[in-house]
Amino acid sequence: MNNEEILEKLTAIFKDELDNDDLILTNETTAEDIEEWDSLSHIQLIVAIEKAFKIRFTSSEIQSWNNVGEMISSLESK
Amino acid sequence: MYPTFSDLKKLLKQNTEELKKIKVALLGDTATQFLNVALRGSAINAGFTFEIFEADFGQISRQVLDPSSEFYEFEPDYTIIFESSHKLLGSFYKQKDAPLSFAQNKLQHIEELYQTIQSRTKSRVIYCNFPGIDNQVFGNFSHKVESSFVFQQNKINYLLSELAVKKENLFIADLVSIQNKWGRNFMFSPNIYINSEMVLSLDSLPIVAQNIVGIISSLEGKFKKCLILDLDNTTWGGIIGDDGLENIQIGNLGIGKAFSEFQYWVKALQQRGIIIVVCSKNDEDKAKEPFEKHPEMILKLDDIAVFVANWENKADNIRKIQKVLNIGFDSMVFLDDNPFERNLVRENLPEVCVPELPEDPADYLEYLYGLNLFETASFSQNDAERTKQYQEEATRNTASENFTNLEDFLKNLDMISDVQAFNNFSKPRISQLTQRSNQFNLRTIRYTDQEIDDLMKSENYFTLSFTLEDRYGDNGLISAIVLEKLDENSLFIDTWLMSCRVLKRGMEDFTLNKIVELAQENGFKKIIGEFLPSSKNQMVENHYQNLGFNFQEGLWILKMDDYINKEVYINKKNNTHE
Repeated sequence: MNNEEILEKLTAIFKDELDNDDLILTNETTAEDIEEWDSLSHIQLIVAIEKAFKIRFTSSEIQSWNNVGEMISSLESK
Repeated sequence: MYPTFSDLKKLLKQNTEELKKIKVALLGDTATQFLNVALRGSAINAGFTFEIFEADFGQISRQVLDPSSEFYEFEPDYTIIFESSHKLLGSFYKQKDAPLSFAQNKLQHIEELYQTIQSRTKSRVIYCNFPGIDNQVFGNFSHKVESSFVFQQNKINYLLSELAVKKENLFIADLVSIQNKWGRNFMFSPNIYINSEMVLSLDSLPIVAQNIVGIISSLEGKFKKCLILDLDNTTWGGIIGDDGLENIQIGNLGIGKAFSEFQYWVKALQQRGIIIVVCSKNDEDKAKEPFEKHPEMILKLDDIAVFVANWENKADNIRKIQKVLNIGFDSMVFLDDNPFERNLVRENLPEVCVPELPEDPADYLEYLYGLNLFETASFSQNDAERTKQYQEEATRNTASENFTNLEDFLKNLDMISDVQAFNNFSKPRISQLTQRSNQFNLRTIRYTDQEIDDLMKSENYFTLSFTLEDRYGDNGLISAIVLEKLDENSLFIDTWLMSCRVLKRGMEDFTLNKIVELAQENGFKKIIGEFLPSSKNQMVENHYQNLGFNFQEGLWILKMDDYINKEVYINKKNNTHE
């Protein structure tokens, strides 16, 4: 799965978990950019992504991301 | 059957104005924001809206012990205390001495919290027990080492249950059983915990929340009372009409063990007071045959309150069952192996709970064990008698058809009522009635055992309870009255409720006669009634009007001077100790 495909899959997850169909994700998107993306929904996103990609993030990874691109890098390394 | 956490969160956007509001305080020693969201979402699914006060985490003792805390200012109806096993283990590691009394000390603290809350509020307390962490320090040998954490943790959970038996307003949210059922790895996500201080996994939150909301719903009078069973491939394996008596699978034949164990479970529910009803597409005589003749059937005809076997559609049959039992559709559970029948009932009667029974009967029980369908807030001996009473009611219905006029029928019933003030024997049944009765209930005030006790001791209240017995059987205690002394002349009817089983027998008239008698003996000049509408009590909307009360400024007044005793066919039981 390449970067674009992952981004597409992530966008669908974000839309569903954050209940916002208009949202657009890029590699540069951060939590600041999306109103619904707070610490509570961040946990929801992690769990949903883990399920969708059938992977487990390490606890350090969860703390490390500064934007969506870094999240995708973690996914690519799995 | 469980929604996801996201589903619950989305529900919160709904307008919930018409739902009953309940104030809930949530005190925890870990992050509880997620539980808060899950609780509010589950509450909406159960028909309530929770207003939640959530203390900052780690504040349990401060909020409870400080009389001027935000917790007391909030005046909760319910207080949920959620302490985590992680923090428990942490404090176990940190303690310097006396690991042997760790559990005792913890329980003393919990009891102190409970007593403090009880002394300052009317809030019921829901305490979460501690799902096990086996830290493996002693391995299996921990059960031989009293000072081990595993030993002390098990002891805390046991002592907590023991405390709940003694304290009437203390209820346990059984997280231990939830973890037993779903597994520790499901309940707990270490990577999330390390990042968020949240000890319940996102996947387990809807289950935990639904369990806690279930406790509250039950205490609010909403719970399941009746189990409706299909027969072929649900209660036994095979089709009685095709396979015949000898070939249905039950007991040792084929996969009969699955059905035998299922029947034992149903029987245990019946003995606990759940009404068991059969609703089957079959000829009645064929459907009844196994109950009468099959040696390995656990369920007998005596266990079934209403038996419906015909070829009509099941939604219509369930409507008929509802009429006989006189309970809400939302208190019924329908089990059927056939997806078509399940969908038909779901579509026509959306309030009936229809579990999606798994395809393999071997999975039935474990699936059902995961749903917590039959949460309850009380248990009394009377519960076990319920089936018999509904069967008697069915006989009575048949008998009434033989009389052309109602008076003759009523006279013929030889009704006797035992009228008493509330006492220690009737207390559990009365508090249960206040929790269960929704339809014939003028003000729908719910009372716990403890509150009933307070009423009994108060000089400002008079109480009356009524039983009703007739030639067909004993209905037990079916009506309760609480009267509040407003001043020397006026008596206010705080509670008037009655079981719908005894409608149309003149019981209301008899009850009023006794209220008036009591009022007159104590020198009151008038009694005052009030109707508080709920979603379920339209039945008694005109109750006071029908009884001859006059409407004045929102209340119903009855003057004692000109009261003429109503004609009834119920006799008061003579008590030797009166």
